[in-house]
Amino acid sequence: MSGTPIFDRLAALLRDEVPVALATVLDGERAGAKLMVHRPAADEVEVDGTLGDEDLDRVVARDALGELAAGRSGVRHYGEHGEAREDSLRVFIEAFAAPPRMLLFGAVDFTLALVRVAKVLGYRVTVCDAREVFATTQRFPLADEVVVDWPDRLLAEVGPELRRRDAICVLTHDVKFDVPAIVAALRTSVGYIGVMGSRRTHEDRLGRLVEAGVTNEEMARLRSPIGLDIGARTPEETAISVMAEIIALRTGRSARALSDTDGPIHD
Amino acid sequence: MREILKDLERWRRQGRRVAIARVVDLEGSGPRLPGASMAVTEDGQVAGSVSGGCVEGAVVVEALEVLATGDRRMVTFGYSDDEAFAVGLTCGGTIHLFIEPLDW
Repeated sequence: MSGTPIFDRLAALLRDEVPVALATVLDGERAGAKLMVHRPAADEVEVDGTLGDEDLDRVVARDALGELAAGRSGVRHYGEHGEAREDSLRVFIEAFAAPPRMLLFGAVDFTLALVRVAKVLGYRVTVCDAREVFATTQRFPLADEVVVDWPDRLLAEVGPELRRRDAICVLTHDVKFDVPAIVAALRTSVGYIGVMGSRRTHEDRLGRLVEAGVTNEEMARLRSPIGLDIGARTPEETAISVMAEIIALRTGRSARALSDTDGPIHD
Repeated sequence: MREILKDLERWRRQGRRVAIARVVDLEGSGPRLPGASMAVTEDGQVAGSVSGGCVEGAVVVEALEVLATGDRRMVTFGYSDDEAFAVGLTCGGTIHLFIEPLDW
């Protein structure tokens, strides 16, 4: 059995959830040649493999890091030595971004169901609750991380790393937890902030958020009551309704039944 | 490739020869984006997918040929005016796949 050095390294990086980009030449004699780049530290770049030309390697490594930052995979065209205006060589750059993150505040039954559904969709899931009796890895074996702390304290730490593709769900029904958690969530760049609660809880919470200094514009970012209106009752059904809302918000689609709409199913 | 990593590693450990097919480009409507991947072993085991199930059968045939010849290839599935493809995507889109042996 011949060795697979690049694949073995790629597999190790993916297992450790390190963002990495893999470039593959698609045409000509060098078809299949590979170049892999990742950043071991913020100011370092590590390159494995070669596309068979030093100049081409340099240009593709730079572009691959750009595609990785954008989380985008696709074909790019180059000259034999990486010339930008030529198109004799097609190179497929595949970006393996770190998985999106889902932060779930409140260790309740709904959380358990959401962890399961979020894992199916490839999220890295953190459950956070200040009550150590509830926030245990025994209760949430599928979660990547169970944190016993106040949500706002966790967000003070990890909040700056969060991006548009990440999501936060506030599932406690306790104002003492959820008001500071929501205020802290609004300071992040996450694309989704869902807040569990009945319409009455929601109205009451709005008043408390205004008192906490939350503006109307910030309030518009909150999905509360949480989830799409599919008549969900059980924790599992609710988890599906929440995840469907997250997907629809990310894609900008209407969340209506396709049988009631026209137009393309995929963009 | 992330979704099929465990299968790929297991097959490598077992010493099986494997071909990987990856979606590299997409025109029009298609269910899977660039990077979607599927692996086929020389004895016909399959992991992953590159469409909604429309072309996977044909990909297995192509992948086995790649393993037999050792030659990498680009394969296109979809509808086109000047070429009649035997297999297409039901959604009407076109996907371009790169199929190669896992020997890198």
